[in-house]
Amino acid sequence: MSGLDVQPRVAAGVRFGRVSFVWRPRAVLVTALLAAATFAVFCVSVSIGDFRISLPRVVATIFGRGDPFDEFVVMDLRMPRALAGLVVGIAMGVSGALIQSLARNPLASPDILGVTGGASAVAVFLVTVSGGASAAVAGTVGLSTAALAGGLGTGLLVYALTWRRGIDGFRLVLIGISVSAVMQALTTWLLATADIRDVAKAQAWLVGSLDNRSWEEVRIAFWCTLVLLVVVVSAAFQFKPLHLGDEVAAGLGVRYSAVRAVLMLCAVLLAGAAVSAAGPVPFVALVAPQIAMRLVGSPTPPLAASGLAGALLLIGSDLVARTALPTALPVGVVTAAIGGPFLVYLLVRANLRRRT
Amino acid sequence: MTVGIPEAPGAPEASDAPEVRLAARGITVGYGSRTVIDGLDVAVPPGLVTTIIGPNGCGKSTLLGTLARLLRPARGSVVLDGEDIAKARTRDVAKKLGLLPQAPVAPEGLTVSDLVARGRHPHQSWLRQWSSDDADVVARALALTGVSDLADRPVDALSGGQRQRVWISMALAQGTDLLLLDEPTTYLDLAHAIDVLDLVDDLHEAGRTVVMVLHDLNLAIRYSDNLVVMKAGAILAQGHPRDVVTAELLHEAFGLRARVIDDPVGHRPLIVPIGRAHVRADAGARAPVEGAVRAQD
Repeated sequence: MSGLDVQPRVAAGVRFGRVSFVWRPRAVLVTALLAAATFAVFCVSVSIGDFRISLPRVVATIFGRGDPFDEFVVMDLRMPRALAGLVVGIAMGVSGALIQSLARNPLASPDILGVTGGASAVAVFLVTVSGGASAAVAGTVGLSTAALAGGLGTGLLVYALTWRRGIDGFRLVLIGISVSAVMQALTTWLLATADIRDVAKAQAWLVGSLDNRSWEEVRIAFWCTLVLLVVVVSAAFQFKPLHLGDEVAAGLGVRYSAVRAVLMLCAVLLAGAAVSAAGPVPFVALVAPQIAMRLVGSPTPPLAASGLAGALLLIGSDLVARTALPTALPVGVVTAAIGGPFLVYLLVRANLRRRT
Repeated sequence: MTVGIPEAPGAPEASDAPEVRLAARGITVGYGSRTVIDGLDVAVPPGLVTTIIGPNGCGKSTLLGTLARLLRPARGSVVLDGEDIAKARTRDVAKKLGLLPQAPVAPEGLTVSDLVARGRHPHQSWLRQWSSDDADVVARALALTGVSDLADRPVDALSGGQRQRVWISMALAQGTDLLLLDEPTTYLDLAHAIDVLDLVDDLHEAGRTVVMVLHDLNLAIRYSDNLVVMKAGAILAQGHPRDVVTAELLHEAFGLRARVIDDPVGHRPLIVPIGRAHVRADAGARAPVEGAVRAQD
C-alpha cells in the first residue's frame, strides 16, 4: 500500500440536522443485539415460574394487552424480580465501566470503592446483632435501605479520603481496598460471634439475590438509576478525553478534575442503588464492561453496552439459578460461574486471533 | 501547497514586529510549599521555535506546564492574546493553544485515526460530535505528520517515533497555531528524535509558534530559533542559539565543562562536553573555561 495518494481512512459521520455523531456500525449493531437479547431473556424470565405463561402472552401483557390473570402473575408477582435484575444489572455495568475508565485499570470495580463492603457490614450487623437499636432500625427503615445508607456512607468516606484537589485513580484504588478490608474484617467478626441461625440469614444476603423483591424496593433503585444515568449520559462527551490522561484532557479544554469527581460520585451512587436492591452480587460490575469492550471492539469500556451486558448477565444468571438445578440457587453464585468463563473465552479467542 | 491546518482566529498578520500572543508575567509557581519558579517573566516570540533548556529540576517543565495552564501560578499570570489564561474558559484556550504532555499513553487498542480525531474535542459539543470539517482536518493532520497509512493501526503497536508523530498529529488536529511540546523526543533514539524534530521544523515553516522542552542541548541548538536557558527557576539567558550558547554559559547553567565549536553541518554552535575520561591531554587546556571552579567542589 502506497502512502502517497491514499486518502487516510477517517471515521465517517452521521448527521441529523444539527446533531452529528461518529458512525461506528459495529458498536451500534452490538449494542442493539445486546438490547434485544436482554429483552428476550427478560421475557423468558417472566414467563417461567410455577405457572408457565407463554412468551407471546408475556409480551402482550408487558405492553398492556394481557388478561387479568396474566396481568396479576406477570406484573405483580414476577415483574419486580425481572425489573430488579434489569435495573441492578444496568447500574452495576455502568458503574463498573465508569470506575474502570476513571481508574484506568480493568481490575477496578465498585467492590473496591467500599460500597459493597459498607453495605454488607451494615446488613450483617442488623441481622446478627439482635435487640435494641438494631431491631428498631431494621424494623423502621428496612434492611435494604439501611444497607444502602451503609454502602453510600462508606463510598463517600473513601471518596472524601481520596480527595486531594481532585480524585486520583491510584489513590482511590488503594484507599478503597483498605477501607473495604476494614469492612470485611468487621463483617467476618460479626459472623464469627453471631448465633448460627442469624449467620445463615446473613450469608443469604451476602451472596446477593433477586428473590422476593417488592415493587417498593425496585421503585427506589429504578428512579435512582434513571436519574444517575441521565447525569452520566450528559457528562459522557466531556468524559471521552479523560481516557487519554489528565494532561492531554486538560490540553483539549476539559476540566478533568470536575468531570471525574462528578462521574466517580455517579459510579458510587449507582453501585449503592444496585447493592440495596439485590445485595452484593459479585462480579457483574467487574466483568460486564470487559465483555462489552470486547464485543464492541472498543479500546475503552463502552457505557451503554456495559450496562446492557450487566443486565443480560444478571437476568440470565438469575434464570439459570432458578431453573438449572432442582433447588434454586442465589443469583450471586451463578454470575461468577457464567461471567468468569465467558470473559476467559473472549480473552483466549483474542489471543488465538492475534497469533494467526 | 496548503497542507496546513486552518489558522486559529486571531492569528497575527505578517508584519515587521508580530504581536506576542503568549507570555508569562511575574509568575511564581510551586508544588505545595516548595517554590520552583519565583517571579519569572518570559514572552514567546511568535512564529519561532522556542526551546527551554536547563539542568534537571530547574523548572523547565514547570514553566511549560504553567504556560499550558496545567499549573496555576501562586503569583503573576500567563497572558494569552491579552487575557489571563486562568480566567479564560479552558475550552476557548484549547482552540488557540495545543499541548502535548511528556510521554502520553493511549488506551490499548485505540487506533491512530481515532486518537487524532480526539484532537477535535474543543471544536465539538455534545450534539455535534463529528462533522465533515472534523474529518477533513483530521485527514490533513494525519497527512502532514506522515502517518496517513497507519490510520487503522492501534497506537500501541507502533514504534516510539511513529507514536510520537501520531500524538503530534492529534495536537495538530486541534487546529491551533500555538503548540507546546514537553520533551517530544523522550525515549526516542537519535534517528527518531531527528525525525520528530524535522516535523517540528515543518510546523514552524507552516507558520506555527512552537514552545518545547528538550534535554539534548545540541538538538535544541540545531532546531530552535530562540533558546530559553533556565537555572534554579530563573532565566539565565535567552536568544538565538548563536548569540547565547557559550562555554561560560554551559558552565554556569549546568556546571558542565565543554568546548563550543562551529557545527560543521548546521552553522550553529556545537557543544562538545569534556568529561573526566577519554579526553585528549590537550583538550582541557584549550577549553575556554578551565576546571578551576569545578575542581574545588
